[in-house]
Amino acid sequence: MGTLSFDVAHLLAGSLVLVSFMMLYQDRLYALLNVFALHAVVLTASVAWQAYVQHAPHLYVTAAIALFFKGMAIPIALHRIISRLGIHRQIETVVGVGSTMLAGMALVGLSMVVMLRVTPEADPLAREDLAFALSVLLLGLLIMVTRRNAVSQVVGFMSLENGLVLAATGAKGMPLVVEISVAFSILIAFIVIGVFLFRIRERFDTVDVGALDEFRGEQQ
Amino acid sequence: MDVIADIAVQGAQMVLVLVLAPLFTGLVRKLKARLLRRRGPSIFQPYRDLLRLLRKEVVLAENASWLFRVAPYLIFAATWVAAALVPTFATGLVFSWSADLIAIIALLGSARFFLALAGLDIGTSFGGIGSSREMLIGTLAEPAMIMIVFTLALVVGSTQLATMAEHMLVPGVGLRVSLGLALIALVMVAIAENARIPVDNPATHLELTMVHEAMVLEYSGRHLAMIELASALKLQLYVALIACVFAPWGLARDGEGIAAYAIGTLAFLGKLAVGGFLLALFETSIAKMRVFRVPEFLGAALMLGLLGTLLLFVSRSL
Repeated sequence: MGTLSFDVAHLLAGSLVLVSFMMLYQDRLYALLNVFALHAVVLTASVAWQAYVQHAPHLYVTAAIALFFKGMAIPIALHRIISRLGIHRQIETVVGVGSTMLAGMALVGLSMVVMLRVTPEADPLAREDLAFALSVLLLGLLIMVTRRNAVSQVVGFMSLENGLVLAATGAKGMPLVVEISVAFSILIAFIVIGVFLFRIRERFDTVDVGALDEFRGEQQ
Repeated sequence: MDVIADIAVQGAQMVLVLVLAPLFTGLVRKLKARLLRRRGPSIFQPYRDLLRLLRKEVVLAENASWLFRVAPYLIFAATWVAAALVPTFATGLVFSWSADLIAIIALLGSARFFLALAGLDIGTSFGGIGSSREMLIGTLAEPAMIMIVFTLALVVGSTQLATMAEHMLVPGVGLRVSLGLALIALVMVAIAENARIPVDNPATHLELTMVHEAMVLEYSGRHLAMIELASALKLQLYVALIACVFAPWGLARDGEGIAAYAIGTLAFLGKLAVGGFLLALFETSIAKMRVFRVPEFLGAALMLGLLGTLLLFVSRSL
């Protein structure tokens, strides 16, 4: 394990965390989608570098899947959904960028503390990848929690899955079948969510999930 | 003899930063004008402005206290000392031991404190609003700056600027995410601290947005010259700081001869030119933010600094 290969892996995984923060910062839907596409491209680079370092050609397949589906297909599909729903002008009301960022920092700190405690004698590359993957995952969850618009919750869900892929590639010897099945289950979930989006829209005339609470009578 | 030579080099550093600061401001203005396809004033215009201001009579408000008259000199002195401590052409200067990053931040912080006090002293509404906004920016920029210093100090193992520059010159530093994050955060802090465009625009007097101009609105004559010179020094200080930590090529080491000092000076002039060009390009390509967006901008800088520190703990060696 050379110094340079570790440094590049560190750089790519670290930028993935950074792009997650950029997603947390966005409050316009199109900008959010563009950053999500960037997230997928960084993930692709990271996975391809892992494939090169670990001499594992099957990881190139994972990288190609990530680039094609998450970098191109899903953002384009979400773009079309947003313009069909007519919500491309909307600016989301999130909890407040400052406090969300602080919560995100706390989550990153938490995942580092947990991972460094749990895996003291693991391979440094895998250890670092796991710590970053856990923080990407938690940041994806945070995006889902702090957004009220269903489309951006979908984006949060997808970025959470990017964290899973990063973790899977960091751990050596993950079979290709598992990765492909995870990727496809996510794709199916995306289609199901897409259908639901239109159902929610038909029923409530909005994709703001706050309307669901009102419907259940939890909020006036 | 050695002592005299050392002091002479340190004196040269102090004079160099003072002489170059208005030139740098003029260069940035000229480049901005050229990028907007205007002709712009000569790059020596800031010198002429300063000379004219020094010759003019001072007009004081009736209720100005002694603080209002003393503050410009204090601001100028603190900023000059801070600017003279940042290595520009050589690292091994006599006062290198005191060129601690935290000390430099403290000097700039005290200059900011006096500027805000002077803004409040006259009791006009503009001075008050400028001071309050400046303090808002300061309370957010300083934690971000401290986080950047922590990141750098963890990598280098020292908060001395000379040690940092020498550490960065060694090829073994490698690719580090934290350093990249620290660089971006430092650029953001520098933009906010120097009242450059997305945060504040010192070239206008628009009362809705002005921060720095609102505080110095009541100053005239030699007092205004001191404050203008101090803000030029501060802008140059941040460029020198970024160049010293992230691009220390060409810096003369301790005890190298006149030739090394000359190369260092030329390299510093080159770095200033590049920094000025990038700043002008950035300022012409971006729009001014609303004042209430500034906390988000600086919050992002703080986040980057914090992330840089956290990421250091996952790297293989600290």
